[in-house]
Amino acid sequence: MAIEVRIPTILRSYTGGAKVVDGTGDTLADLLTDLDSRHGGLRGRLITDAGTLHRFVNVYVNDEDVRFLGALDAKLSDGDSVTILPAVAGGAFGFAAAAAISSHGAAVAAR
Amino acid sequence: MHVLSIDRSIIDAIVAHARRDHPDEACGVVAGPVGSDTPTRHIPMDNAARSMTFYEFDSMEHLRVWREMDDRDEEPVVIYHSHTATEAYPSRTDVAFAGEPGAHYLLVSTREPDSEEIRSFRIVDGVVTEEPVRVVEAGVDPHAVQSYMFGQSPATVDYECSGR
Repeated sequence: MAIEVRIPTILRSYTGGAKVVDGTGDTLADLLTDLDSRHGGLRGRLITDAGTLHRFVNVYVNDEDVRFLGALDAKLSDGDSVTILPAVAGGAFGFAAAAAISSHGAAVAAR
Repeated sequence: MHVLSIDRSIIDAIVAHARRDHPDEACGVVAGPVGSDTPTRHIPMDNAARSMTFYEFDSMEHLRVWREMDDRDEEPVVIYHSHTATEAYPSRTDVAFAGEPGAHYLLVSTREPDSEEIRSFRIVDGVVTEEPVRVVEAGVDPHAVQSYMFGQSPATVDYECSGR
């Protein structure tokens, strides 16, 4: 058994074009480490330099946003489905958070 | 060169959404069959930020709509939002967040009360490329197509953007 992970278009360069990959881990943090061992660089697109889940990446376990499940500490079980979606966001004026993530180059959306 | 071809009825619905939410920014998606580059299903989204200068899809609505598109073999052909006090051109924020390299990013400016400026862009790896918008009139000859810059007089034909 494994955890199914759905990869958004913009990150499929890390998975050889695959839309769905499998991984293992007891928590979301463990899963991302496991995925990064086969899809190098993927984890770095989801986690900030400070080691937290990026504000403008949405990650879901089954039907729940992981922000309500403990973020990187969210517990996972075999058979769970994890979905990653870059936030769809923007707006008219320079926004401090956008400037910050652009300069760090850490956001999925910023690349 | 890319062109966004889109039905008049969908453009009208997007403009109505932008006007309804003005002065807050409005946002949404037009889905279409995977690989078709044809926007067919208009999905107005909530702006979770409820702001005059920022928009963000609600995370749960985002998941629901993206799953629904997956189930229907659709993709987000158009991602749109409004600027309510500035021109319809991607801001640095828009470029920083653009996460769907295959989508047409449609911007509507509602700063003028009587006319809308509507422009479309590709945003890939931080590079913005404007593309013409071709509005397809339904109910007449389906091959009859008018291209123009919104907000200008209808006498203006064949709007071609710069920066190709």
